[in-house]
Amino acid sequence: MDLLKRKHKDVQGIIFINLTRVLFFLLVAVLFLLLGKIIFEGAGIVSLEFIFDSPRNNMTEGGIGPAIFGTIAVTFIMIFFAVPLGVFSAIYLNEYAKDTFFTRVIRTSINNLAGVPSIVFGLFGLGFFILFVGRNIDDVLQTGLLFGQPALLWASATLAILVLPIVIVSTLEALNSVPKSHRDASYGLGATKWQTIKHVVLPQARPGILTGTILAISRGAGETAPILFLGAAFFLPNLPVVDICIGDYCIPMINPTEQFMYLAYHIFILATQSANPTRSLPIQYGSTLVLIALTFLLNITAIIFRYRFRKILGRL
Amino acid sequence: MADTQTNILDTPNSESPVESSFGKKIKKSTRIKEGLIKYFFAVNGVMALVFIILIFVFLFKEGFKAMDHIGLFDFVYLNQVQSDGSVQRVYEWYPTSEEARYSLIPLILGTLLTAIPATIISTFFGVAAGIYLSEIANPKLKEFLKPMIELFAGIPTVVLGFIMLAVGASFFNDLLNPENRLNAFIASIGLSFVIIPVIASLTEDALHSIPNDLRMASYGIGATKWQTIRHVILPAAFSGVSASIILGFGRAIGETMIVLMASGNAANITANIFNSVRTMTATIAAEMGEVSHGSDHYYALFFIGIVLFTITFILNLFAEIIINRMRKKNSF
Repeated sequence: MDLLKRKHKDVQGIIFINLTRVLFFLLVAVLFLLLGKIIFEGAGIVSLEFIFDSPRNNMTEGGIGPAIFGTIAVTFIMIFFAVPLGVFSAIYLNEYAKDTFFTRVIRTSINNLAGVPSIVFGLFGLGFFILFVGRNIDDVLQTGLLFGQPALLWASATLAILVLPIVIVSTLEALNSVPKSHRDASYGLGATKWQTIKHVVLPQARPGILTGTILAISRGAGETAPILFLGAAFFLPNLPVVDICIGDYCIPMINPTEQFMYLAYHIFILATQSANPTRSLPIQYGSTLVLIALTFLLNITAIIFRYRFRKILGRL
Repeated sequence: MADTQTNILDTPNSESPVESSFGKKIKKSTRIKEGLIKYFFAVNGVMALVFIILIFVFLFKEGFKAMDHIGLFDFVYLNQVQSDGSVQRVYEWYPTSEEARYSLIPLILGTLLTAIPATIISTFFGVAAGIYLSEIANPKLKEFLKPMIELFAGIPTVVLGFIMLAVGASFFNDLLNPENRLNAFIASIGLSFVIIPVIASLTEDALHSIPNDLRMASYGIGATKWQTIRHVILPAAFSGVSASIILGFGRAIGETMIVLMASGNAANITANIFNSVRTMTATIAAEMGEVSHGSDHYYALFFIGIVLFTITFILNLFAEIIINRMRKKNSF
């Protein structure tokens, strides 16, 4: 490329190339400014006490403990729905399905599922999970109105569908990058298709699946719109926990039929419906800092994972 | 973040499943087991399609009940009898008043008034960032900068909404002195933060997929770097770049939290970007929690859901067709 430098000066080129550079670094600067503001305002209030305490005094004091618990509980159950379904789906598409019209329709619907607005997922969760599935479970089990109302379980299930494309795409990429020669070697030893997938393909794809899971958690924890009317609560005095007792031993378990507090939703209500905005503002910045730190930590972990995974595969 | 990886969906596995040539030697029980396992994965494999269909069915199931009481034209305007006996068309979203008005016109206008400026701003920044990442940044720096865009994309939208509400609104209020403190412009700035990473990463993908031969050929006939980008790379990647803009626009229309928090939420009919507006997504989010299930208002909100779903579905499909065409064209 040194040859090019001898040419006449391309003034227009220099201007535009530097313009893209300036615009790019302007973006990065805005990103850091945004983060800086949140860290600057929030760092003073975030402490262990803040993370574990309950909100007090109409949300102007105390911490965000129940909201963090709710976020962990919802994403935990979400992962139980989304990861097996997504991984199995990707195994089918990459290992079993041939390139037919039908599989192309499936691939298109994965793309489209990723593009459905999150608020529409909320409507779907309400119409399908609560009013259709939940009410029918109540009718069959004679449980009154237990499942047919907004609850942690339905929020998790709805978020699971929302993050399903992320899991599928990450797993597909991981499966696709396992070299064909490894599969051939396995078949050559007389292994069946399932044995090959189980012992050769999946172990190598594990980091990719983990990346997808982490990205899914980070996405799920940051979503607010779908859970607005699926059981996210302004304030709950008790955690959505139930004691399951066997004899004298009681183990506290997440109660999937209760409402819950959610970190992202907590930020939303503090910002728009706070009784005393000036006094709750520090708590709001603190909550935002915790949520941002959580999603960034997860995303950075996923990025490092993927980077190392690709490097290993590059050597093969 | 999924956007940077979606290309994997369009590259179906080329290898054919290997069947053992010693088929007779495989035990019958093994063959049945293998068949069952395949069937199990196939059931899971169609789930994405099943969910798309379920979303479609349940939105329409609830949304079309609105038609029982509210006519299709009532979603456009209502003929209101004035006090002097004359009839006037009103285009208003006022579902809680005694004479409920369900015109979607102000909501659609509000959506466009936030989504279009956001897409324009994001196209400017996003395409520039994509060009910089793919063509200009040196590869070592790029390894570090590309994840930055991904982190940008990972910021929860509720955080952006809060920042626009707490900081952005005051900043632009002092700077531009708009009609309303919270307005479509503030919302579209907030939306840009979501869409810029989408456009940037997809543009980068599109430019990156252009074969290096084209660049070399262009340099070979004496073009400078910018001339190559301007006259060779960008035209070759035009469809990919436009697909990224369409996808960004789709995201802008479907985004909820930012517009809910920063657009002011007044269902005005206005073309002034500094007025408060109310978008379709924000209407569902703000009103669904308060309506009683089974009321006209409730079904009307599902109807808005249908409109949103249809618009984004068509935009996504459109973008995907463009990307697939581009991929076929570029596979030399």
